[in-house]
Amino acid sequence: MSYRFLRNVFVKGLLLFFVFNLIWAACNGNRINQLSLYNHLLRGRERFPYGENPAQSYNLSLSDLDAMFASHVLAGTPKSSHEFRVIVIGDSSIWGTLLHPEDTLVGVLNARHLTAPDGRSMQFYNLGYPTMSLVKDLMVLDQAMQFAPDLILWSITLESFPRANQLTSPIVAQNPARVNALIDRYDLDLTPLEESTSFWQQTIVAQRRPLADWLRLQVYGVMWSATGVDQTYPDDFTPALRDLEPDLDYQGWVPPEIPSDALALDVLSAGMQMAAEVPVILVNEPMLVSEGKNSDIRYNYYYPRWVYDQYRQILGATCEAEGWTCLDLWDAVPQEFFTNSAIHRSPQGEQLFALRLIESGILP
Amino acid sequence: MSLIDVLILIAFAVTGFLLNLIPFTRKFRLNYLLIASIGIIFWLQPGLPIRGLDFWLPTATILIAALGWWLTSRAQDRDLRATLLTSLQIAAEVLIIALTRYFSSSGVITPSRPPQLYLVVILLAVSGVIFYWLSRTRETRSTFLAAAIFALIMLFVGLKLPALTQWVSSALRGLTGQSRELASALDIRWLGYSYIAFRLIHTLRDRQTGHLPAMRLDEYLVYMLFFPSFNAGPIDRAERFISQLRTAETPSPRQLEAGLSRLVVGLFKKFVLADTLALIALNGTNAYQIEGLGWYWLLLYAYSFQIFFDFSGYTDLAIGMGLLLGIRLPENFNHPYLKPNLTRFWDSWHMSLTQWFRAYFFNPVTRFLRTKARSLPAWVVILITQLATMTLIGLWHGITLNFVFWGIWHGLGLFINNRWSNATRQLAARIKARPWLDHGLTVFSTLLTFHYVALGWVWFALPDPTTSLRVFTGLLGGVGAP
Repeated sequence: MSYRFLRNVFVKGLLLFFVFNLIWAACNGNRINQLSLYNHLLRGRERFPYGENPAQSYNLSLSDLDAMFASHVLAGTPKSSHEFRVIVIGDSSIWGTLLHPEDTLVGVLNARHLTAPDGRSMQFYNLGYPTMSLVKDLMVLDQAMQFAPDLILWSITLESFPRANQLTSPIVAQNPARVNALIDRYDLDLTPLEESTSFWQQTIVAQRRPLADWLRLQVYGVMWSATGVDQTYPDDFTPALRDLEPDLDYQGWVPPEIPSDALALDVLSAGMQMAAEVPVILVNEPMLVSEGKNSDIRYNYYYPRWVYDQYRQILGATCEAEGWTCLDLWDAVPQEFFTNSAIHRSPQGEQLFALRLIESGILP
Repeated sequence: MSLIDVLILIAFAVTGFLLNLIPFTRKFRLNYLLIASIGIIFWLQPGLPIRGLDFWLPTATILIAALGWWLTSRAQDRDLRATLLTSLQIAAEVLIIALTRYFSSSGVITPSRPPQLYLVVILLAVSGVIFYWLSRTRETRSTFLAAAIFALIMLFVGLKLPALTQWVSSALRGLTGQSRELASALDIRWLGYSYIAFRLIHTLRDRQTGHLPAMRLDEYLVYMLFFPSFNAGPIDRAERFISQLRTAETPSPRQLEAGLSRLVVGLFKKFVLADTLALIALNGTNAYQIEGLGWYWLLLYAYSFQIFFDFSGYTDLAIGMGLLLGIRLPENFNHPYLKPNLTRFWDSWHMSLTQWFRAYFFNPVTRFLRTKARSLPAWVVILITQLATMTLIGLWHGITLNFVFWGIWHGLGLFINNRWSNATRQLAARIKARPWLDHGLTVFSTLLTFHYVALGWVWFALPDPTTSLRVFTGLLGGVGAP
């Protein structure tokens, strides 16, 4: 053995790595994210992967929508002729922060074994994701349409509407190709994201983060399957604020009126177009209506009264004008049934929400 | 250690290799190893909440090691000039590290800002004077050596017994003017003390028995603080290490290849296999979350392989770095999970530790019992020595009830294995004559041994007996499973 031999080994190794990268990029190897151990060796997740503390929640946040869907139980459940499939999209309140899967709205609705008028059994799927942006919902819906839903339940709140915030959440910002395609397809009033489509971006080196996330997602699937845990459930948490600041400002908007075009209603409209023949129910989700200090000025931490009242008016008028099916349940849940945020409900809050939804008669 | 930490250590090893390539710089090999090792123990010491402690503990490591040299060296072997030069070199390095307090409000090399300079100067000066005086004294008495061994063990107990550590933490917090109420057993994490204590006891004991080779202070300190093996072993024997240290040959391409190969294997084992398995390995939290018999077993297997790949990965890294630096450290693992009985498992798992215990505890205790307690039947002697040795090995990992149970589990296992081998010797010879049967039995006994070891990890991996019993129940599909 000589140093020359070692040098040659090193150079050949580098060369092989380089060639392997090129082959990977040329074959679009990052499609590996569509492969999943979930729904095959491992139990499909009942809600999307999301988590800040993977070691304890056996879950992680990633931006790869293909991998997220592949891990979801929806992807592993063939639709039978007896199933009436309902997908539920929305924010963290639908995903179920601090709630076990069976305590979320979807869990509660499934436990009620509802039946559609044609006799099919209604099966609800939780496609909520803990960021507030209608574009994020649209992105999820776009992917979810391939699973042939019979009904879409779209849970919304004002915080998801400000146009300026549509593209700022990580999952949206890290999916520029998908987002730009949606902007283009539905002519949305949003500035397209910067997109890098170079060949080098497809190599293993450039894709190392998504690949590592994909791999970790598969590994944490073992723990999800073994324990049924997909988030941390602290014994103690800071409850949502009841005593509020006398602040009228919302997103830089000041009374008396929400600036024109500040709400991304065109994104909502795009969702309706996307759903096409599939019925959509828009639900203005229950929020904490505080009775504490300055509650005459604000409903809760998020919303001053003036802005939320106007939002409800605008939403109601738009639903009526466009002929959308809408249900306003903004005050359906009393304040004692909220946990660590003005939109996160306790298990009892979810039961109430589900009950009001069913009692409204809006479900088929 | 993080991947970045390990890569930095590898960079130090590669630098050592390059220095050895050039005849002129090769002369400074020992100096390089000493300087690098001292710097690295300050750098790797975990940050501690007690003010200045993460500087004082590595300093104490150096002082204890130097004291170990004084205790183990014969007066006629001490070269005063060489000792003085080494001491000055060490003092200068510690002083330079202490001076970094003026470069940053946090730590540059140390995890937090080093203490005030005058304190370091006073400590170095006092230590220097004492050390100079000690260096000029005559032979150390055997009672001093025994007292030092006792002190090392007591210090070890103090560091491993949570209640005692918390008390010490409280006292130290009082000294530094910090809140005593926040004292915790985690406040005192002394990098590498477990391993340095083994090396010190080994040299002290070998000095007592006259087996220890003569060493200069710098050689002794490099043996004690050798950075590739300082934190996680293997525990080399001094005579072996020193003879290699004194052989300054031009490193060969084969040495480079062997070192780099071990490093690649070690990195893969530790950072790919072990760290991935760690995500799904049994632990004190998931023990209460697992739903179903199969998952209990899967998580236990994951733990079994995680601990193996983690530890053997670190060993590969240490051996790889050692090879680059011209020191072949002893092997620590030899396919332990492929052994057909528990005795052979322990001959191939953490070998340098088990050899240490065999040499300094098991053999002397066995000899003692066989000579002083002749009335005891052989099997009782075996039972006592196996149980005592394995319990001590358990306690070395931490003074908790679960480590005691883990030790007893293996002590009993070794005893049963010993008795079984004795009782079935003739049968085993007959089976050997039928290769297919022998092969089948080997596979069966290997699986049995692996599962015995794996079940033993239930004690080791979990914090308390209640949790362990719950997992045992779960593994049997019993009521403990939720």
